[in-house]
Amino acid sequence: MNTSSPVLAIDNLSLEFPAYKNNVKALNGVSLHVNPGEIVGVVGESGSGKSVTAMLSMRLLPERSYRITAGSLNMLGRDMLATPEKELLKIRGRDAAMIFQEPMTALNPTRRIGRQMLDVIMHHQKISAAQARLKAIALLRDMHIASPEHVLESYPFELSGGMRQRVMIALAFSCEPQLLIADEPTTALDVTVQRQVLLLLREKARQRGTAILLITHDMALVSQFCDRVYVMYTGAVVEEGRTVDVMHSPQHPYTRGLLSGLPEMVEPGQPLLTIPGQVPNLASLPEGCTFQERCAYAMSTCAKRPPLIAINEDRKSACWLPVQELSS
Amino acid sequence: MNSAVQEGATQMVPSILELNDVRVRFPVSNDWLGRPRGYAHALNGIDLQVRAGETLGIVGESGCGKSTLAQLLMGLIPPSSGDLNWAGHGASESSNVQIVFQDPQSSLDPRLPIWRIITEPLYARGKVNQAHMREVAARVAAQVGIRPEYLDRFPHQFSGGQRQRIAIARALSSDPDIIVLDEPTSALDISVQAQILNLLAELQRARNLTYILISHNVSVVRHMADRVAVMYLGQIVELGNAAQVLDQPRHPYTRLLLDAVPRLGVAMHGEQVAAPTELPGNRQLPTGCFFRERCSLSTAGCEKPQVLQGSEQQRARCHLQS
Repeated sequence: MNTSSPVLAIDNLSLEFPAYKNNVKALNGVSLHVNPGEIVGVVGESGSGKSVTAMLSMRLLPERSYRITAGSLNMLGRDMLATPEKELLKIRGRDAAMIFQEPMTALNPTRRIGRQMLDVIMHHQKISAAQARLKAIALLRDMHIASPEHVLESYPFELSGGMRQRVMIALAFSCEPQLLIADEPTTALDVTVQRQVLLLLREKARQRGTAILLITHDMALVSQFCDRVYVMYTGAVVEEGRTVDVMHSPQHPYTRGLLSGLPEMVEPGQPLLTIPGQVPNLASLPEGCTFQERCAYAMSTCAKRPPLIAINEDRKSACWLPVQELSS
Repeated sequence: MNSAVQEGATQMVPSILELNDVRVRFPVSNDWLGRPRGYAHALNGIDLQVRAGETLGIVGESGCGKSTLAQLLMGLIPPSSGDLNWAGHGASESSNVQIVFQDPQSSLDPRLPIWRIITEPLYARGKVNQAHMREVAARVAAQVGIRPEYLDRFPHQFSGGQRQRIAIARALSSDPDIIVLDEPTSALDISVQAQILNLLAELQRARNLTYILISHNVSVVRHMADRVAVMYLGQIVELGNAAQVLDQPRHPYTRLLLDAVPRLGVAMHGEQVAAPTELPGNRQLPTGCFFRERCSLSTAGCEKPQVLQGSEQQRARCHLQS
């Protein structure tokens, strides 16, 4: 699709958290890339490693609490795993920004919005306070906030959840980053507010050519918002492709299970289709395909772990089953 | 899903609970004599019947009064005016209502073994001997799919889905008249959500339970509910058969809400980005139709208070309903 080099390229990344006896293997060979200006979704259930991937991309996991066992992580052509903390401080917020789930915890409750916005803007740009203030007002106005001057004078608790998240987005765009990582940005918001926030996010990203990596568990949201999607399970990508393709013809049995478990998929009142069993413990993952115990299609080959097998140009699935067999 | 509450038969099913013009307001900040300076109006005239064996869905955004309604039904707060009538009981007497909360992590006591958690409602209602409590716990646990060997374990030894099963078992153990499900699956993963919703439907069939399902997830409500009430600023703005209300909404707010719900494979269209999404404050209630300020259709007549009108199948609080 896009020939220029990706803004985020994660290749076969494995990470574990040391723990007593068994290390928790949170990521097991994640590969994903985000091209400039692209909106990419990562979906998965809790424990699938989607948030760890997001946090590690910004190197926000506490240092020395984790160990990289394999793979590489490049952001904007820079090896993020080898970058010293001092450099990272410049990168975060300027080249890549992040939006979190609960804006109340991401904003400092004791300081006015204006002060917090000015801090970020003046940290990365050599401009005067007066200029920074004008810039903050312009940013808030872009978020369709009616009275930006009033918002700048407010404390976070004085604003509604949707308003706070809009402030966070304005802040994230303040230094015109090339990549924006949004970790469940609308989970705490109501649906009407969610739609507004997402529309604003998309409008702004399209204007500036910013790439977005959206982490979520909501399949419907991904299907509306993202160009491409990665489905994660037990710390690895099990399926990737264009959102339309993945939603309409899921290839991996796990993706199929996830989609068919949605209440929309059956007539009201009919039993929902469920995936049997539970997510395996990350401290003692089974050999081979990690989904085999829950999979209706499991066979002897599954004892060997399937790599991401290309189905066509931009579609991959980590399953040994041939495409035809699955679709029958 | 309950055959008893199919169309046509609706009138025959007796209601076990009736709410007549129930209002709840909370005092906010007092003056120096301790008199309240103002009130937060949480519920502003709720008229509702709950019928035996049905699932009544309640949808609405934060601040619409869903949780106040749940607390009112539980008997945790009294109505400021209006009354709750339980069939078979007096007007004031409360009834056995149990609740399943959103987050099973925080709603189960971490220091109690699960058989004690499950039988807590029995324990709270009076003296029951231990052997009987264990017996009940084992029976109910089996119904929700928790193995009897696990009865002496503690909540932290279970996964999120299993914990929600335990919370459901607790709600079942005292044979309640109504179970309030307050966002029962929103803290759970999709694959676990499906299991829990199936379990709830199965239990309802087997034991003829009455559910009040409070959720902001419209697809869950559409799946589970027989009837649905849409709430806005402490009022029911639309009430009726779930299929009709959610597939052919009549009230502009219901339409707005349903439009905003992400749907699989439907592109998000970008009009009205700047439309206000906030509810008006509930300190000073708006005059006339509560939804007037946000409504794209508001015209003459909207300045008058609206009443629920329409058939039993579908009623909306709007004089313009199409």
